[in-house]
Amino acid sequence: MLDSPLKLHPSVALRPEPFGALAYHYDNRRLIFLKHPSIVDVVKDLEQHPDLQSTLSAHGIDEQHWDNYDKAICSLIESDVVVAR
Amino acid sequence: MTALTERMKDGLDAPICITWELTYSCNLSCVHCLSSSGRRDPKELTTEEAFRVVDELRNMQVFYVNIGGGEPMIRRDFFDIVEYATSSGVGVKFSTNGTYIDAATAQRLAAMDYLDIQISLDGADAATNDAIRGEGSYDTAMTAMRHLKDAGFGEFKISVVITRHNIAQLDEFKAIADQFGAQLRITRLRPSGRAVDTWEQLHPTLDQQRTLHQWLLGHGENVLTGDSFFHLNALGESLPGLNLCGAGRVVCLIDPIGDVYACPFVIHDEFLAGNVRGNGGFAAVWRTSDCFTELRGPQSAGACASCGSWDACQGGCMAAKFFTGLPLDGPDPECVGGDGEYALASAGAIPRPNGDHSKPVAVQLRRRSNV
Repeated sequence: MLDSPLKLHPSVALRPEPFGALAYHYDNRRLIFLKHPSIVDVVKDLEQHPDLQSTLSAHGIDEQHWDNYDKAICSLIESDVVVAR
Repeated sequence: MTALTERMKDGLDAPICITWELTYSCNLSCVHCLSSSGRRDPKELTTEEAFRVVDELRNMQVFYVNIGGGEPMIRRDFFDIVEYATSSGVGVKFSTNGTYIDAATAQRLAAMDYLDIQISLDGADAATNDAIRGEGSYDTAMTAMRHLKDAGFGEFKISVVITRHNIAQLDEFKAIADQFGAQLRITRLRPSGRAVDTWEQLHPTLDQQRTLHQWLLGHGENVLTGDSFFHLNALGESLPGLNLCGAGRVVCLIDPIGDVYACPFVIHDEFLAGNVRGNGGFAAVWRTSDCFTELRGPQSAGACASCGSWDACQGGCMAAKFFTGLPLDGPDPECVGGDGEYALASAGAIPRPNGDHSKPVAVQLRRRSNV
C-alpha cells in the first residue's frame, strides 16, 4: 500500500481519545478503534500527500517502522475507514 | 486483557454508546420491562430540551444513540427528535414494540438516513412471546416487520431478551430474522425494573447458559449481543466484543426526565450521576460526577479475587448483582462457576428501582345484576 494514493473515507468521523481515536463509519454504522495517536495523525493527513510513504516521511516516521504502518493502514482499508483516491 | 480495554476502564471523554429513553409511557406492560414503563412522567423532557441534549451529543461527538422507552414512538415529537438527531450527525437506533409502524410509517422510516430500528420480540411464537409482552404483541411485532420489509427498509434488528422459556428457540429466532432480511440481536435478561420481581422465574438455568455460550460461539459476529453475555466467557472460549462492564465508562442512560444513570439497567439512586437540566448539562455529568468517577476507579475483585476465571468474566454484570441483593465485588448471580447460586442463598435485601411507572392493574367492571 506504500505507494498508493489514499484518503479517509468521507463518511468516517474521527473522535480523539487518550489511546488514539474512535472512528465511526456512518454508512455501515461500525465503530473502529485507532489504537495509537500517531496513526490517527497519518490517517487524517493521507489526502494531503501523493501516497502513504510520502505521508509517513512528512510525519517524520522512521523507515524501519513503515511496515507496521502499512499493516495498520491495510486493516483500515479492510474496514473501509481508509479508501483509495 | 488488552491495553485498550484497560483504557476503557478509566472512562472516555465521551460515551461510545448512550441509551436515551424518551418516555416512560408504553402501550404494553412487559413483565421484564427494565424501566417499569407504562405511564408518562409529567417531568419528561420537552422537545426543546431534547434538542439541547442532541446538541450536546453532537458537540461531544457521540456518534449514535439508542433511543428507547417506554415506547418512544408514542411521543408526538418522536420524528422531530429523531430527524433533529440524524441531521446533526447523531445516528439513531431506536427500540420499539412495532405498534406504531404501519405501512406509511415504514415508508417514512425507510427514507431516512442514519437510522436503525430494533423490534422487540421475546418469543418465536405467539404463546411464548405474549406470556412476557402481553396478548397480541407477537402479531403486532410481526406485522411491523412485514411493513419494514415491504417498505425496503433494509437490515433492521430483531431484539430478543433471553429467558428460560425462549432460549430453546434461538434457531427459530434466527430463521425469523433471515425471513425478514433482519439481523438478530439477543441480550441478557437483567433483574431491573419490573424484572426485579420476575427475574427469578425467567432467567436461564446454568445448563441453558452453557448451551447459549456454544450457540453464540457458533454464530460469531452474525448475531449481535450488545456484548451483554461476557459473564459466559468464564466457560472457556471468549465471545467476540468488549469484555467489561461499560457502566459510566463507555455507556450510560439518559432517562425520560433527564436523569443520567450509569447504565440502562441500574435505575436507582446509587447509580444516579446527575441530570441533563443541571449546570453544565450532560457533559458535566459525564465528565465530573462523583458516581461516574468512582465507577472509573479501580474495582476490587472481592470474593472473586481467588477465582481463576476473574480475567475472563470480570465478575459479570453490576446491575444483575445489585438488583439481586448481591455485593458488587462478588460473583454475578448467574456466575457459570455456580458461585452466584451459592451467594444468592445468603443475599441481602433486594433494592427497589427508582420510580414505578407501571399502569394500574385493570379491574374488570361488572354489571350489577341485582339492581
